[in-house]
Amino acid sequence: MFALLDCNNFYVSCERVFDAKLEGKPVVVLSNNDGCVIARSNEAKALGVQMGAPAFLMQELFDKQQVEVFSSNYALYGDMSDRVMKTLSELVPSMEVYSIDEAFLDLRNMPYENLEELALHIRQTVRQWTGIPVSIGIAPTKTLAKIANHYAKKHQPQRGVYLIDTDTDAEKALLATPIEDVWGIGRRYSEMLQKHHIINALQLANASEEWVRQKMKVVGVRMLRELQGEICYQLDTEPAPKKGICVSRSFGKSLSERKPIEEAVATFAARCAAKLRKQQSCAHILHVFLYTNPNRPDQPQYFNSKVLHLPTATSSSFEIIRYALRGLELIFKEGYHYKKAGVMISGIVPENQVQISLFDGRKRQLDTQAMRVLDELNRRMGRDTVRVAVQGFDRNWHLRQERKSRCYTTRWQELLEVKA
Amino acid sequence: MSLFYPLPEQPDGLTIYAFLEPTESVSLPFYHSCVEAGFPSPADDYVELSLDLLKYLVDKPHATFCVRVKGNSMEGATIVDGSLLVVDRSRVVKNNDIVIAVINGEYTVKRFRRDKGKVWLIPEHAAYEPILVTESMEFIVWGVVTFIINQPK
Repeated sequence: MFALLDCNNFYVSCERVFDAKLEGKPVVVLSNNDGCVIARSNEAKALGVQMGAPAFLMQELFDKQQVEVFSSNYALYGDMSDRVMKTLSELVPSMEVYSIDEAFLDLRNMPYENLEELALHIRQTVRQWTGIPVSIGIAPTKTLAKIANHYAKKHQPQRGVYLIDTDTDAEKALLATPIEDVWGIGRRYSEMLQKHHIINALQLANASEEWVRQKMKVVGVRMLRELQGEICYQLDTEPAPKKGICVSRSFGKSLSERKPIEEAVATFAARCAAKLRKQQSCAHILHVFLYTNPNRPDQPQYFNSKVLHLPTATSSSFEIIRYALRGLELIFKEGYHYKKAGVMISGIVPENQVQISLFDGRKRQLDTQAMRVLDELNRRMGRDTVRVAVQGFDRNWHLRQERKSRCYTTRWQELLEVKA
Repeated sequence: MSLFYPLPEQPDGLTIYAFLEPTESVSLPFYHSCVEAGFPSPADDYVELSLDLLKYLVDKPHATFCVRVKGNSMEGATIVDGSLLVVDRSRVVKNNDIVIAVINGEYTVKRFRRDKGKVWLIPEHAAYEPILVTESMEFIVWGVVTFIINQPK
């Protein structure tokens, strides 16, 4: 049996661990730059706050209903996610971290007669150790575990656990799951299925395999079999190295001068390079893009991007920054108000399989050593403590995060205060 | 991710691996003698890991949080204004533990006492009164204090 564990309204729950006054109140968390709603407490959902709603359109409702609004605090959410996952790894022999707030657990060969009891124990332990409430769905396949989780959350929020053990359990949950909520069903498939009057997961599970194969290819057949209880997807415990890495941000305010944009692009490039080194790979394709604010039609609009092919794949911050700035130089134009820039890298290869270009004159060994020292210092002293000078020190371009909570678990100056 | 990387070869032909792990650090003892070359150092059998303060203070890292104290109601228990407290949320609270409690949304540190079916939060300072936890209060024990860290005055 598999279980899918999912943290309830994860970002909001993280905020609530360190601010108990938020309990029972409508709370939302906004995306980078305070743009739109990315997490809602149940109370906020009940007020009709939609996922992805632009914050400036919701301001009136927030004020009127006294919604507590937070900027996203990824340092906190990342640390809390890590705590949840490590707690789980103590409780089950094998698991797959599926996203920041979800994990598949392997419950085969567990010394429990009653898996529901085990799930309740896991739920209770995570809640006590980390403060994060979770829901758990248990079923014979991953796809059904997702559905069981969905059902637990929607229909048994107090208990927070649902077990699909018999056909009756399965039917009950499948019937209650709208087709667009089935794992792997995107918008296109969901529209197509609805056109054929398949509006819930049970109807899909009862469809003929021939029909599904014809309409949705082999992926659809796997989905169908999983819904019928046949395992097609195993636990994926080794995350594949990333195929592409993209770091891009909207600027806190629009920028028209070259220098702060250069600093931002250099910082994004450095972040890409650090991610590459972390997964021990190098890349040889680099893509830089820059654009103005499309929501300001009154201002002149400009979008451009440039792809650069590096002669030798690298993970050196020096090199990647140099190429990124070269790319920026090719697309930057005076006279625009820029809102966003980004650096994307692809063509990723393991670092021990890099083909050195014939005319490569770079002393790569020195770069590697410098990067090792840089990574170690930044690991110990905090991100960007040591940086390439062109990354700058003003951070004019930095995110707008006006309502960010403290980094309670990662900064000594920002710990939770308790009264004595 | 490989956690070990070799340092440059040592004069005595040993390769030493340094440890690179993102979350915790461990100091590795260096063995000075090579088994096949010469008489082993009599000290090798007694090599121990160096003292690791983190391991001493933290039992379950993912359930352990640090908090900062404001106020003086717990001075009798060596908890002063500015103290750093190590809080383990995985501990089951026992009578007379020092705990972080949340009462009506406020975080406070007090001694937890259960007596004749009633729960009290006891300060350790003459100027403060014990708090009786009643039905009408929203009350949870957030975690159990396992260490108190103070700087000398």
